[in-house]
Amino acid sequence: MSNDSSSELEVAGAHEIEHALRRSDTDPRAAQRAERQVAIMFVGSVLASILFVVAFVSVKSTAVVDLPLIGRIGLQNLTLGVASGLGLFLIGAGAIHWARKLMSDEEIVDERKSFASDDETRDAVVESFQTGVEESGVMKRPLIRRTLLAAMALMPIPAIVMLRDLGPLPETKARETLWRKGSRIVTDISYRPIKPEDIPLGGLVAGALPADLKKVEEEEGNLNQRAKAAIILVRMAPDEIRSQQIQDGDFQGILAFSKICTHLGCPIALYEQRTKHLLCPCHQSTFDLADDGNVIFGPSARRLPQLAIEVDKEGYLVAKEGFQEPVGPSFWERG
Amino acid sequence: MSTTQRAVATTTTWVDDRTGAGKWLKKNLRKVFPDHWSFMLGEIALYSFILCLLTGVYLTLFFNPSMKEVVYNGSYAPLNGIKMTQAYESTLRVSFDVRGGLLVRQVHHWAALLFVAAVSVHMLRVFFTGAFRKPRELNWVIGVGLMTLAILEGFAGYSLPDDLLSGTGLRIAQGIVLAIPLVGSYVSSFLFGGEFPGTDFIPRLYSIHILLIPGILLGMLTAHLLLVWYQKHTQFPGPGRTNKNVVGFPLFPVYVAKAGGFFFIVSGIITLIAAMFTINPIWLYGPYVPDQVTAGSQPDWYIGWLDGAVRVIPNWETVLFGYNISWNILLPALIIPGIMFTLLALYPWIEAKATGDKREHHLLDRPRNAPTRTGLGAMGLTFYVLMWISGGNDLIAQAFSWSINSITWTIRVLLIVLPPLVFVITRRTCLGLQRRDRDKLLHGRETGIIKRMPSGEYLEVHAPVSSATRAKLVASRESDYAPIEAPPAVDANGVKAPKKGRLGVKLSNFYFANRVIPPTDEEIAEGQHHAADDLETVRPSGQITSGH
Repeated sequence: MSNDSSSELEVAGAHEIEHALRRSDTDPRAAQRAERQVAIMFVGSVLASILFVVAFVSVKSTAVVDLPLIGRIGLQNLTLGVASGLGLFLIGAGAIHWARKLMSDEEIVDERKSFASDDETRDAVVESFQTGVEESGVMKRPLIRRTLLAAMALMPIPAIVMLRDLGPLPETKARETLWRKGSRIVTDISYRPIKPEDIPLGGLVAGALPADLKKVEEEEGNLNQRAKAAIILVRMAPDEIRSQQIQDGDFQGILAFSKICTHLGCPIALYEQRTKHLLCPCHQSTFDLADDGNVIFGPSARRLPQLAIEVDKEGYLVAKEGFQEPVGPSFWERG
Repeated sequence: MSTTQRAVATTTTWVDDRTGAGKWLKKNLRKVFPDHWSFMLGEIALYSFILCLLTGVYLTLFFNPSMKEVVYNGSYAPLNGIKMTQAYESTLRVSFDVRGGLLVRQVHHWAALLFVAAVSVHMLRVFFTGAFRKPRELNWVIGVGLMTLAILEGFAGYSLPDDLLSGTGLRIAQGIVLAIPLVGSYVSSFLFGGEFPGTDFIPRLYSIHILLIPGILLGMLTAHLLLVWYQKHTQFPGPGRTNKNVVGFPLFPVYVAKAGGFFFIVSGIITLIAAMFTINPIWLYGPYVPDQVTAGSQPDWYIGWLDGAVRVIPNWETVLFGYNISWNILLPALIIPGIMFTLLALYPWIEAKATGDKREHHLLDRPRNAPTRTGLGAMGLTFYVLMWISGGNDLIAQAFSWSINSITWTIRVLLIVLPPLVFVITRRTCLGLQRRDRDKLLHGRETGIIKRMPSGEYLEVHAPVSSATRAKLVASRESDYAPIEAPPAVDANGVKAPKKGRLGVKLSNFYFANRVIPPTDEEIAEGQHHAADDLETVRPSGQITSGH
């Protein structure tokens, strides 16, 4: 730009679109080179597709390779993925290289037309609409209008009512668990009954269930009971227990708490033996098991329900009674 | 006429005789699209969605969405003899006993992650460049809807395999449903066909995941693209680009090759990632059992901010007349996200209220030229990222051996302090950049040449800016608004000013009170002449070409 031309100092929109020639525009050899490169990429894609079929029939699903940075991965997934990935990628890379090097890169201009209709059209639309309204008589005949509105208002009701049979009413199921007076406490996998001496001082049984769960195990929906009944057991010296919501709920320092977080229902099992704190792995609500399972940190608003326990005649740990409050997350009617 | 031409003519005649497509093709075959790297973000979203649809159809051929329990007996030895649902078992089968099945599963999952990511970044681009302004407000709202559905769709897919991680996620979702006042227990019981987890939910979620949400997504996506097509794409300011034209390359052949090629590039890269990087190895987690959990369980990235909000909130709960209101769940999981998405959807109208602008805008803003908007966007983004970080508070605690309580408390404080601070800093930065642009227009660019005056004074020589730069800089006028002045409280006749319109005045002053006013054409012309003369004193005319 020469600095004495004031006409060029005009602004906004008056500027020419700039266009620089590419090497492939001016040098036929560069253009030929680009053409070859595009073709090589397309041929690469062809080869990759063939490689996919070869890998599909020849690589065993059990073969494993150890790659730097990535680690041990299945060879079948790797070969099939690399082959099909390259098959796709090279088509794209070729097409874009072709567009960038060989197709015209001169920008062209389209004018924008306002897509809004002119006032005349708009008036005509309003008029047609009014004619329609008048011809239908909907404004003159309120009886039709109102009964139609009523019909339309009630029409969705069947659709909503039909949703009713999606499931039973909640009733009081959220308040009931399988725990009863005398329910034996068993381990969560092998259903082995537990004696007090099985739990050393400072020990934790990370998952325990009522023995009755075994009976429903083969039934459909047995996980529902499991989701409510799971408990954990911890043992501390009786004088370490600072307060008890339930009088004598422990048995010689063994305490049973619901394993289901009172925040959003995750099972809790991260127990710190020294502080007697139990941490939920989902949202880090922390409960103090030496102090009634009260919340000491995190989003949960209520303590972990405690299960009062004792031993039966054979010396196994059993529930003294069922849970005295609903386990798991809060709900509207909980109280 | 050559053979090819004749063949084309015959075909088009056949089609046109029956559809009249000729008129449409004549107009659209050479339709112009502007070029910018950031315009590819929406394309990435589209292509990863298509990839999800294709791989998803394949997965339905093998997946069995049933919660009936079976005992596993298959190629993955560590789980042999374990009781699990058919959903989990069939996911293991497609992963280990179908050649390429694991690859398709991983492509599906990676593409879904990329889909939500591309949608999010695309939305940020549209926000920060003001592409949502008239006439594109409707498309913005459709976009917010698409993003919401994309997150829901991703969560639904994540929950289907019924592994330990996905079941834990569903348990949390069910806990959130329970917290809904009045109807929570009922909604949960209806959704799950009784108690959690029941045996109905995965089949139900399956039809939602493969039919209902993708159907709506597809419909809205079509509307989204049709509007872009019909309204023509926005463009960045530059030489020759005005609010009344579109400058770019024709659809055929350039964008057919570029956009078509880009589909293959996106698909290819996702497939290569899926070939090399394991995602969601459900076989390591085991089947879902409601009393088992793994430590450090994390949702997919786009749920992280919700999970983080749920983690960071204090444990507020009200019990009123025997009824529970769980603010600790309602606020982070429903109320705050609800407010955020509503504000996001309404933003075009909020800003229009401040500008009072009824014009159409087809030229994009450089973010600095809308300092308040850019500040608000950065503020919202900070809020989001902090919540997202909070979702990994356990991982951070573990990695750095920090106390999880202090991390949570730090994030609580930051959530209140940092967003406003970021707003102020961002807006200041934008205003500073605008001043620099203004200086460039008024005084030319700095050449780095120092001139010593006869008086002994040192001055830096300025040179005129190039016409391309000038075209870019003067575009700031498009988004310059004087703050609306409040009418006098009582007018000359003693009538009190109406209350209506006060919000607009307040908003307008909040947006534009300390704006940088772009120079007029005369000021620029004078300034550039000055710079040219200035340059003349050190370099005779023609020896230097102006750069930036």
